Amino acid sequence: MSEPNVLRVEGLRVHYQTPAGPVKAVDGVSFAVRPGERFGLVGESGSGKSTIALSLLRMIKPPGRVEDGSVTLDGVELLELTDEEMRRVRLARISLVAQGAMNSLNPVKRIREQIALGLREHGAAREGRAFDTFLTELLERVGLRRGVGDMFPHELSGGMKQRVCIAMAISLEPQVIVADEPTSALDVVVQWQVIDTLRRVQSELGAAVIQIGHDMGLMAHSVERIGVMYAGKLVESAAVRDLFRAPLHPYTQLLIASLPSLDGKERLQGIAGSPPSLLNPPAGCPFHPRCPFVMDVCRTTMPPPREHRPGHFAACHLYETS
Amino acid sequence: MTGLLEARNISKVFGAGLVHKTQTIALRDFTFSISGETPSVTAIVGESGSGKTTLVRLLLGLIAPTSGEILYRGQDLRHLPAQQRRAYLRDVQAIFQDPFEVFNPFYKVDHVLESPIRNFGLARTRQQRRDLMAEALSTVGLQPAETLGRYPHQLSGGQRQRIMVARALLLRPRLIIADEPVSMVDASLRATILNSLLKLNQEFGISLVYITHDLTTAYQISEDIIVLYRGAVAEAGDVQLVVPQPEHPYTKLLVGSIPLADPDAPWQGERALGAPTGLAPNGDSYCAFHDRCPYAMPVCVEQTPSLFRTAPHRASACFLHGDAPILPNDRIDEVFGGGRPAPDAATPFVAES
Repeated sequence: MSEPNVLRVEGLRVHYQTPAGPVKAVDGVSFAVRPGERFGLVGESGSGKSTIALSLLRMIKPPGRVEDGSVTLDGVELLELTDEEMRRVRLARISLVAQGAMNSLNPVKRIREQIALGLREHGAAREGRAFDTFLTELLERVGLRRGVGDMFPHELSGGMKQRVCIAMAISLEPQVIVADEPTSALDVVVQWQVIDTLRRVQSELGAAVIQIGHDMGLMAHSVERIGVMYAGKLVESAAVRDLFRAPLHPYTQLLIASLPSLDGKERLQGIAGSPPSLLNPPAGCPFHPRCPFVMDVCRTTMPPPREHRPGHFAACHLYETS
Repeated sequence: MTGLLEARNISKVFGAGLVHKTQTIALRDFTFSISGETPSVTAIVGESGSGKTTLVRLLLGLIAPTSGEILYRGQDLRHLPAQQRRAYLRDVQAIFQDPFEVFNPFYKVDHVLESPIRNFGLARTRQQRRDLMAEALSTVGLQPAETLGRYPHQLSGGQRQRIMVARALLLRPRLIIADEPVSMVDASLRATILNSLLKLNQEFGISLVYITHDLTTAYQISEDIIVLYRGAVAEAGDVQLVVPQPEHPYTKLLVGSIPLADPDAPWQGERALGAPTGLAPNGDSYCAFHDRCPYAMPVCVEQTPSLFRTAPHRASACFLHGDAPILPNDRIDEVFGGGRPAPDAATPFVAES
């Protein structure tokens, strides 16, 4: 049996237990990523996108818990591995550039020591000359000089630190790189450098990238296929051009329309209302309270995701034929 | 003419004390004024390190300039008599980036609206107070019944930020300084907040200074724009001229780096410019952008560029435009106001330097 996808997520459900009841951060999400593909997950705060990132690496901590679903990496079910087996998969097969990763570098250790530590922790220690060669090549890959290895994090700019984090994530040449908001808090010029670096290294390695973010503009330029999250659900997914040219889900349509452009001034259009509470999500489609096309069925039944055009999935009753 | 708020040749230098031996010039010889007569919307755009946060803090009187002065209705902000100080605190309101930090989690959101009403004696009765709050909330598109009586954690970031706009409105200020008001708010809610700020400008005649790193929202809501780079003005003028056809290489870089929500729009980043020429300065005078600029000429590492007025409503601090007349820093206000009808005859544009 040949699996065309390197990573497959099926019916993933992740809840956070709170005194007021479970918060359904990820509520039945399925998607698949092909080898070498750049897939983006876009959503607003609280949509569940970062929770998905952590679930893929089995890094959800209590009170969060994966309730249901499956995550397979190259045919291996990650959710069934022992903790020790999972530790060996991390970094070597699937790695994470965490949100705000550049601020989690150890301030009192030189970059080379931190990279060496990562290798040791994952049983791939290199010593002496071999490590020096390895480090030089690794830093070059992300566009940094060899000298950066001997520096401390405070001596580096935000963009350089983020590239160090990318270097760490690719140090064992994983098949999948999960990048959670890799450019948040970076200046716009530096954003371009970081995304450019990420794109270059993933194509050299042939690794798939799952990029998570809230900025539709950034997504439009950094991934090949996008999934749109809303209130814990994947409401639409399509190739980048299809999604921006002909979005199907009303949330995606309004979100794209709300983004300011530079082609002449126009009245800015927001989306009325606010995202729902995940503690008491509305019945039916979570977007129905804000949706201009709401129908009766939307208030009671969550529409299933369906392929309405080749490769273009949406979960919306507007396109359901009775 | 005495404006509402004027910054005259202000500079702010940090460090250079006993502890910090190196100086950081956060803002250099900056002049800017808000007349308060015609409601204006001015965007001040810059990346981190551009001096925009320093400028906000200076305009709000939170820090004092190292040199130059900030005048409120003609009087130095540092030495305002008590009555003027009170008037200033009412006339000039601020909205900050983080709609989570300004709320005390133990108080209902009403508190944040009640305090200005109390402090400035805006209402005599409880009913008046409630009416004022309800009116302000409705103006920014919030339902008073669904907002009052709640705790901050029960509201979204977008709602909280709109409460801050309502709060500013309560005092009927002449000027609102909004420091990155939407950068921590979700995309679908940004437009609503920016629209409520614009409404205050259009319906209540309140001037806005919109401080941001985001050129797209600056372009959409402002009339005038100032682009700051490392503490100095790189380019300034009518936003309809500056953003669509940037003149300063730095502004070009900024515009080229915006990832527009269109996969076919160019996204070039550093490639928008090309490799820097690599000229190095010898002395202390040089263009701050020379080390990233592909057009850098010998003069760029020998002199600090002044503003050159390339058109009636725009100026660029770049020697590529060195043929245009010099616009002294403290006359920068002359290039503004092109996008709106002039209240009185503006200074005529003179073509010679």
